[in-house]
Amino acid sequence: MIITRALVKRYGPVTAVRSVDLDVREGDRYGLLGPNGSGKTTLVRMLLGLVYATSGEIEVLGRRIPRHAREVLPQIGALIEEPAAYPHLSGRANLALLDAAGPGDRTARRTRRQRVDEALEQVGLAGVGRRPVKAYSLGMRQRLGLAAALIRRPRLLILDEPGNGLDPRGIRDLRELLAGLNDAGVTVFLSSHLLAEVEQLCTRVGVLDEGRLVLQDDLAVLRAPTGRVVLDTPDADQVAALLDGQVERRDGQQLLVRYSDVAALNARLVGAGLRVSSIGPQQRTLEEIVLAVTGAGSDQIS
Amino acid sequence: MIKVELVKLLRRPRTWISVVLTCALPFMVAVFITVTHLVPPPGQGSAFLSAVLQDGALYPAAALALVLPVFLPVAVAVVAGDSIAGEAATGTLRYLLVRPVGRTRLLVAKLISVVVYVLLVVLAVTFTAYATGVFLLGPSEAAAVGQAPGGAVPGGAAAPGLAGQAPTAGQAAGGAVTSLSGAPLSLLQLTERTAGAIAFITVSMLGVAAIALFLSTITDSALGSALGALAALVASEVLVTLNAATVVQPYLPTRYWLAWIDFFRQPVFWRDIQRGFGIQAVYVVVFLAAAWANFSTKDITA
Repeated sequence: MIITRALVKRYGPVTAVRSVDLDVREGDRYGLLGPNGSGKTTLVRMLLGLVYATSGEIEVLGRRIPRHAREVLPQIGALIEEPAAYPHLSGRANLALLDAAGPGDRTARRTRRQRVDEALEQVGLAGVGRRPVKAYSLGMRQRLGLAAALIRRPRLLILDEPGNGLDPRGIRDLRELLAGLNDAGVTVFLSSHLLAEVEQLCTRVGVLDEGRLVLQDDLAVLRAPTGRVVLDTPDADQVAALLDGQVERRDGQQLLVRYSDVAALNARLVGAGLRVSSIGPQQRTLEEIVLAVTGAGSDQIS
Repeated sequence: MIKVELVKLLRRPRTWISVVLTCALPFMVAVFITVTHLVPPPGQGSAFLSAVLQDGALYPAAALALVLPVFLPVAVAVVAGDSIAGEAATGTLRYLLVRPVGRTRLLVAKLISVVVYVLLVVLAVTFTAYATGVFLLGPSEAAAVGQAPGGAVPGGAAAPGLAGQAPTAGQAAGGAVTSLSGAPLSLLQLTERTAGAIAFITVSMLGVAAIALFLSTITDSALGSALGALAALVASEVLVTLNAATVVQPYLPTRYWLAWIDFFRQPVFWRDIQRGFGIQAVYVVVFLAAAWANFSTKDITA
């Protein structure tokens, strides 16, 4: 769906993207993570033909960008940083204008009203579509931006920070909307610095740090059990004695034990008459994974 | 896309406010003249004003002469300067381009909407001034105009002599113009010549628009590009009146701005009109080419 090879973008002396090999497969829910200033937006803009690469190749939906942008872009819905609309026009009028601006045949014109209604409905703006956008809240503008990405019923969604400005309920609505679209066959590519957002929605993640793609893998693989068990027990001393040599770390009542089978370990401890408050396989959180591969964000002063 | 741009132009409150304000100045002037019956003596003050008391049908020409030096270029520079930079500043530019709208297409659509805007303003001024002239200043069967063969009109500095119905000659300031007796002009001739003047003014304003449009592709500040274009015009006006700058004067954008007045001579004095059309064509072509070259290769980071 999206493939880049050795993609580089320099702005004068600043290198924003350094040799990125992105690989987004059809049907993915891909989350591009990275601190602010890591090059996410530049990368997204290059995928959409807004910014021209210094070197490297981009292929989206099997066609080269920017050369074939004209054929590819109609199948893509995009949200690029903040949403934007003409403030004096209503949400509906904005969507209709944007749709009319693009390429379109008679079918596109005939279905416009219906597609606009549908998109407003999908993002939960059906009731306020006739109000001028200047009266919209931040969250409503974000929803309108999403609706704009949906009016062409795209095969691929490229969303840069889609959760910005949304309240917790809005975030949940967004997650459900994107998951639903993905189930219906839409590939979702989103960039975010909100780990929780990505962790809950995405099946595949890439991590960008100072312009480099330092990690790209399925979330399930990244979060695979580490072969260690975390357990809480009031009898920590006895457990440590019993599992001598397998305890990697001890922190009060919590022990990290090298042991592949959680159930077997539990049975063994209980069989020895030791009390267990909680037990489970050790899983790295996305936060740990990301922090392990990234430095301090480039907008931070180190 | 062209239709979309026109809808955006016509649904924007700014468009109509600027049209109304531009029409308001000649109306105010007409009211004062009607009340006081004071007009500048022939050859002084704004062109045609000295003649309008005798013939209200000449008032459209007088009105155009009133709005041409400042109102019209300011309005055009604002609209053209806003065309790309304004979309960049509100963020709608990136959404238009990924819709996709080709960059060349967008530029052409913007140019056409600026042309429509110029025509809208000029025609609005002409018609309201005609109505004002006829109702406030009184109609006339025929207008007489002063002849001034060989009279070059330095930009803004002097107006041609215009006589009323009496066959007395008007005198131009500076004595450079040898005025001859006025010959009567039929209403049809007056209409034709007004149309010619409108065409000439529109083309002159296109020169301004091309400069502003070019600047609009360079900066993301609509204000910056509008003021930049106006600065170019002010510089041109300064050089036009500077004897030491005679060498460059034939190539300045405002040098032949007032040549449309020659449409109202009998017979029409074509030399400056042709030169005016020629020089504006050069400015339009050069600056549009520069705008296209810049915009089509530019990284859209706004």
